[in-house]
Amino acid sequence: MIQIGEILIGLLVLAGSLICALSAFGLVRLPDVYLRSHAATKSATLGVLFILFGTFLYFGFFLEHVSAKLLLGIVFVFITAPVAGHLNGRAAYRSGVPLWERSVQDDWKGDLKKREIE
Amino acid sequence: MALQILLNLIIAFVWMFLYNDWAAPRFAMGYLLGIICIGLLSRFWPHDFYMKRLWAVVKLLVLFVKELFISSYVVMFQIVRPRLAIRPGIFALKTELKSDWEITVLSCLICLTPGTLTLDVSPDGQTMYIHAMDINDADELSKQIKGTFEKAIMEVTRS
Repeated sequence: MIQIGEILIGLLVLAGSLICALSAFGLVRLPDVYLRSHAATKSATLGVLFILFGTFLYFGFFLEHVSAKLLLGIVFVFITAPVAGHLNGRAAYRSGVPLWERSVQDDWKGDLKKREIE
Repeated sequence: MALQILLNLIIAFVWMFLYNDWAAPRFAMGYLLGIICIGLLSRFWPHDFYMKRLWAVVKLLVLFVKELFISSYVVMFQIVRPRLAIRPGIFALKTELKSDWEITVLSCLICLTPGTLTLDVSPDGQTMYIHAMDINDADELSKQIKGTFEKAIMEVTRS
């Protein structure tokens, strides 16, 4: 039983760090701010959640200490990460960072101009 | 809804008073009894039974987690592909949701869907501008968002 728990926790933390590494790789690889923000908000969130959950299980099963702080951390990361991604993208667009040249569609540009004229 | 929860708490406390027992199991028992009472008498209430809405909230949370998993998988798959085969773009989505709260939840959900990111909400709160990683068919994407997320949020706020 303890063996299974150990393996599970190890897998969780390993998967979390792998996901984080992949999303860091995405930050290097993807061509523009918006696409990088996709990688940073989604995969990094999931990676951090996996690691925190693995830590929570470790504390719970092996040190007999239910850490509510870790659960709170999971909730906070879960709530704030998408908002941070949204604000980054919005601030970048408002200060004129161009989209990748192979982008195909931009509905916002026209509407934003119309709004400024009004 | 708040009124029903308050009544349920009061029933639980009355149950504890009746037994003169202040432990958590007694409270849980009283709360369960309260749920049953309120459920049986739900036709006297102007609003729906509040457990229904709680169930909708749970469903929304499950949807949140599911979408997070799917979207991370999709994004990672795109990253590790040898050639970038993505066609990013920004599309506008008309939404029927009204209150600020609903729109906030919807945009958070969209941020966590596979390959979409909310960039802006228009000042009148009718249109959302969404950056999609793979915009092959913006119509289908927006239909999907409308079909699943808007419905789930509406079930919570307008039941």
